[in-house]
Amino acid sequence: MRNKLTQSLNLIVLFGLGLLWAVPLLWSIALSFRPPNVPISIGSTWWGGSFSFASILKALDSAPFGTYYRNTIIVVFGILIVQIFTITLAGFVFARLKFPGRDALFLLFLLQLLVPIAILIIPNYATIRSLGLFNNLVAIMLPFWASAFGTFLMRQTFRTVPLDYEDAAKMDGANWWQTLWHVYIPPARPALAAFALVSLSSHWNDFLWPLVVTNSVDTRTLTVGLASFTQMSESGAEWSLIMAGTLLVVWPLLVLFLVFQRQFIASFVQSGLK
Amino acid sequence: MSSKLRAILLGVALLLPSLVFLVMFTALPVAQTIINSFYRRNLATRNQPVWDGLGNYVRLFAADSDFWQVLTNTLFAIAIVVPISVILAFLFALLLNQRIRGIGWLRSSIFYPTILPMVSAASIWLLMFNVDFGLVNTFIKLVGGKAQNILGTTDWALWAVSFVIIWKLTGFLMVFYLAGLQGMPTDVMEAARLDGAGAWHTMRYITLPLLRGTTIFVITVAVTNAFQTVDHLYVMTQGGPNNASNLLLFNIYETNFRFQDSGLAYAETVVLLVLLIIFTIANTVVADQRSFDAQ
Repeated sequence: MRNKLTQSLNLIVLFGLGLLWAVPLLWSIALSFRPPNVPISIGSTWWGGSFSFASILKALDSAPFGTYYRNTIIVVFGILIVQIFTITLAGFVFARLKFPGRDALFLLFLLQLLVPIAILIIPNYATIRSLGLFNNLVAIMLPFWASAFGTFLMRQTFRTVPLDYEDAAKMDGANWWQTLWHVYIPPARPALAAFALVSLSSHWNDFLWPLVVTNSVDTRTLTVGLASFTQMSESGAEWSLIMAGTLLVVWPLLVLFLVFQRQFIASFVQSGLK
Repeated sequence: MSSKLRAILLGVALLLPSLVFLVMFTALPVAQTIINSFYRRNLATRNQPVWDGLGNYVRLFAADSDFWQVLTNTLFAIAIVVPISVILAFLFALLLNQRIRGIGWLRSSIFYPTILPMVSAASIWLLMFNVDFGLVNTFIKLVGGKAQNILGTTDWALWAVSFVIIWKLTGFLMVFYLAGLQGMPTDVMEAARLDGAGAWHTMRYITLPLLRGTTIFVITVAVTNAFQTVDHLYVMTQGGPNNASNLLLFNIYETNFRFQDSGLAYAETVVLLVLLIIFTIANTVVADQRSFDAQ
């Protein structure tokens, strides 16, 4: 009897907790599909009388979301592809190549862990200006093309590959890149996939940096577009419209997350446990 | 060519792609920041750098400077965000470390803010805090309180923006505790149970000490996040009212891009760097101290 009571109490607490955390998202979804002209008031906080796509369509119509999607997709994949190249090479060096001066270079990577790029927004902005890359999508990607955190992840992963495999490959006459490609990369695929999920979702979320290095609609990413969209619509108190815009920004990540919940959480854990 | 030279050349060549960007966007900028903080460069100097010694710092720390408020806000936000999010993350992990149906969905419902862009989260919370029909005020009225313009009140704005960071961060921190709890050696737990250790004793003398490494890591993540997370200010408060919710990184952005005073913005960046370094050193010392004690 007592056992049953604690069990149901346990479930109620768990459910309440999950609901409490999810309410902001659930509410914003509910408002996105509400007719835009029904005011939110006590009694109709959640349900506006009918289901409607009007707010979503209006949002799509009042801001160039197509351009924003394109820019964000170019940026996140542009960052990821170069990162995979740079972190694989650097991770390989720190895991398996020994040469004088290597550890001194390692300090540079440590520095990036200590000083996050986000904080160096003023000097990096000056650099982008002097490179003539202002208002160019490349400017948004450039600072992230080296990743200390990715390099550490690859270094740890490569270290778990038995040295015998490398020796065997060398006996067969493989050079360094054949060894890397055939011996080290195949077992590192799960780590690369984990890194990819973390990199994609974190750069999808970048805001302040793309905001300062761009100044036109053509180069705006989703987050920057949403911020100006929110400010524009807030003055008119068009909340269903703002929530629809928000949903347009988050749905790709959210769907990906809901489909791959386990992989997402595992990736974030793996990337943290260096 | 000697094999040693070849090893150096190969190693450097493979590191080069990373090094280029590390030097350009991390190492040089740190040096650049320090040097530029000694120059005055604003509209008054027609955007030309003029040597000013410690002038920027003197202006920054003048008695009537807004910077004091920004600095105390930042430290206050960290003092709220870090302990609350770490403790909640631990409690949630304890609660969600069960094998029951649907637990994955419950974990996801706590974790999902991690993958939500902060700007989107801010739009949602802007509405949640709305004075007329926001759910927060609906709740306050439900328990008998009076509706507040939370984001527009100097007493509450900083709490509100800190709360949003906590809401977004807790799920992320929680998954590290969950991983730690799932990695607990079951034989130790079993032995404790057989010895008649109660839940509290097991927690105090086994679980918590075993999670020490996780806690140190989680605190580091929470602090760096709390320093860096300012996107929501842009949407929710713009640092207002009257600087009440302004945080260091957002103030740096404003000083440079709104007030066009880049010399001052560089000096503020130096302050932020110093704070981060102080924290890192303190955290390392504490971590070493504790592991020394444990031996």
